[in-house]
Amino acid sequence: MEILIPILSAAIRSGTPILYATLGEILTEKAGVLNLGLEGLMLLGAFSGFSATMVTGNPWVGLAAAVCVGMAVSALHAFLCVTMGANQVVSGLAITMFGTGMSALLGKAYVGETIRGLGILPVPLLAKVPLLGPVLFNHDPLVYLSYVLVGLTCWFISSTRWGLTLRAVGENPRAVDAAGLSVARLRYAYTMVGGGLAALGGAYLSVVYTQMWVEMMTAGRGWIAVALVIFGIWNPLRAAFGSYLFGGVGALQLRIQAAGTTVPAPLLLMLPYILTIVVLVGISVRKGKGILLGAPASLGQPFHREERD
Amino acid sequence: MESGKQQPLVQMLGITKSFASVKANRGINFDVFPGEVHTLLGENGAGKSTLMNILNGLYQPDAGSIRVKGAECRFSSPREAIAAGIGMVHQHFMLVPVLTVWENLVMGLPDLKAVLPKREVIRKIGELSGRYGLDVEPEAQVWQLSVGEQQRVEILKMLYRNAEVLVLDEPTSVLTPQEVRRLFDTICQMTAEGHGVVFISHKLDEVMEISDRITILRSGEVVETLPGPMATREMLAEKMVGRKIVFAVDKAVLNPGDTVLEAEGICALNDRGLPAIRNLSLSIRQGEILGIAGIAGNGQKELCEALVGLRPIQFGRVLLRGKDMTGRKPMDFLRAGVSYIPADRKGTGLVGAMNLRENFALKNFWRKPYAKGPFLSWESIAGETGRIVERFGVSAPGLGIPVRNLSGGNQQRLMLGRELSGTPDLIVAMQPTWGLDVGATEFVRDQLLRQRERGAAILLVSEDLEEVLALSDRLAVIHKGEIMGMVEDPRSASEEELGLMMAGIRRETAIEGEKGR
Repeated sequence: MEILIPILSAAIRSGTPILYATLGEILTEKAGVLNLGLEGLMLLGAFSGFSATMVTGNPWVGLAAAVCVGMAVSALHAFLCVTMGANQVVSGLAITMFGTGMSALLGKAYVGETIRGLGILPVPLLAKVPLLGPVLFNHDPLVYLSYVLVGLTCWFISSTRWGLTLRAVGENPRAVDAAGLSVARLRYAYTMVGGGLAALGGAYLSVVYTQMWVEMMTAGRGWIAVALVIFGIWNPLRAAFGSYLFGGVGALQLRIQAAGTTVPAPLLLMLPYILTIVVLVGISVRKGKGILLGAPASLGQPFHREERD
Repeated sequence: MESGKQQPLVQMLGITKSFASVKANRGINFDVFPGEVHTLLGENGAGKSTLMNILNGLYQPDAGSIRVKGAECRFSSPREAIAAGIGMVHQHFMLVPVLTVWENLVMGLPDLKAVLPKREVIRKIGELSGRYGLDVEPEAQVWQLSVGEQQRVEILKMLYRNAEVLVLDEPTSVLTPQEVRRLFDTICQMTAEGHGVVFISHKLDEVMEISDRITILRSGEVVETLPGPMATREMLAEKMVGRKIVFAVDKAVLNPGDTVLEAEGICALNDRGLPAIRNLSLSIRQGEILGIAGIAGNGQKELCEALVGLRPIQFGRVLLRGKDMTGRKPMDFLRAGVSYIPADRKGTGLVGAMNLRENFALKNFWRKPYAKGPFLSWESIAGETGRIVERFGVSAPGLGIPVRNLSGGNQQRLMLGRELSGTPDLIVAMQPTWGLDVGATEFVRDQLLRQRERGAAILLVSEDLEEVLALSDRLAVIHKGEIMGMVEDPRSASEEELGLMMAGIRRETAIEGEKGR
């Protein structure tokens, strides 16, 4: 049992950035907007979080800056997709390319610098609980915030009036329009919230997890988040499970490498990506039918009221 | 209904609206008084739905004004219309299938509590259901409900929002005769409570039964508004279409020949992988039209696709002229002389971006003279397409224009021409007159009857009961992918009996029920 604790604890920590991006994308996609710009948004978040922390010396300011940048850039995505009716896949890919390039360009000056980011803050009492304490409650504040967000998102989607309209707008925007709500406003709002959360996930990497800036430091985590949304069938709890699984396998393979093995390192590095996808495909495909469930029916489709069909 | 002295609940004056080059509404006046049913009658494309979408705030009129209880209003969204007491039940329901009934009812309510007040909502639904006879299970998810139940949810949604005027857009087109009776009871209950009802339809019998007043629209203009009790069927039809209409279908007496198609206990799945056709058997002979009646979504599409080789058959066999075709490719069915007229002419039927010639070639590229080895003979393709355009009266500016620029009626004529050009042995036609105006409908029916006289076997699937009754030699009623009963002489069948079968009661039981009354 004892050897499991560090691995599980690391699973939580390295899964957290993906979890933020996944939660954000769940909200965006529930509203019917596909945002494939997650990778770019995470990189922009990582860079802006790092630089703002370095300039101000306050990691919280850095994280706030990352959220603002994420919301601003995803507002651009919303403008293109919702207002202009552009192809959401193309717009999302453009955002990823933009984010990758822009963060690398602006980040040149920060490579090799270090900051004092957020530190560990054990939760009083709870951290002392055997097994669960060190695994769940011996982390930085952003990890605890992500726990709260998972529960809050579940409750928000299922039990509040805003969650109801969120579910409806992704399924049948015409119904929302006929009920007198603005489809565009809802989609802007959730695209921006989703972008903000993705950027926060990216900032977690630079401000909390590594406390440095490296070009392309997200290493495909944004894409994993996109996949987790689908295979987690748009459910925050399953998304959390997927994120921690990815983090856990990552931590495990590091230990295998450190212990010395003949398996080539690149193969081990692939493990978390492959295993996470395989496991989630397994649990999300209905038995024997090969059908994916739960996609919002209007996902990826622009909405025009006066279009006659 | 004496309504002269009262103030109208809603008044629309001089409404004009255009879409691109099409004038959908020109200078229309329309009003509704409390306690009356005012019907809007007109063909597809006459401008009924456009007018009501303007009343509902979905479209903005180019000119004209709306008054609610005498006060001038402008609705820039459905929310403003509903706040003024105008509720619309759309032909295509504005429901969210994955949400429950009660969630759909409160979705978007402006004064809804932050945390959904489930119990309170369910109690209020119970009250409204009882008062208006609109039974529905509040905790069921909408996709589980029958179409009739979904319609009740839509009506409840408007009553829940205290709508005084209810606009029902073609409400009966999706219902069984029994459900129509029930809807009419609800409408009477609503008018008795002082609501005004706008009833939109093109079914004359229903219109004459339910209306206090009837306004007839033709190509965007009001032809006449007259009191309901004064209307006759012939008069309404003539005003609606603009010329005299003969209702009887001229059908020659034929002796059916050899069996062309036989389906033996076939089962097939729908796109979601659930059983759509269960152990279904039927056979069609030369010169015979077998009608399939039923409510939309009871496996009609899956049945047609299974019979033309587009959908895999899980169990059972399909025989064409005694030859087992089970599991063969669609091309084998084509070569065997099977034609398919799908319901979604813009989806399975035609490719909108391709021109007339190319759309013809899509289903004929494999055979002479249109194929010359690996090449296409555009000359003979253009020649035959031209002949189709002439013979089937497709009005198109040229053979080289994209098909999506044609009107629905012309698309249907083109597709019909293509499917009938190769003298097929078997024609599977699904909703061939759906969305067509009266003229085009007559034409399509006439073409099908000619094919029957030529000796083709025809499977005609339609949700329009009148149509299948008029054209079919035999009639089967489908419900949840099973045949509820086979009627050997459709003219002898009673509407009640068919309605019961459409609702899922087998023929033997349905007839007993009839006798029991």
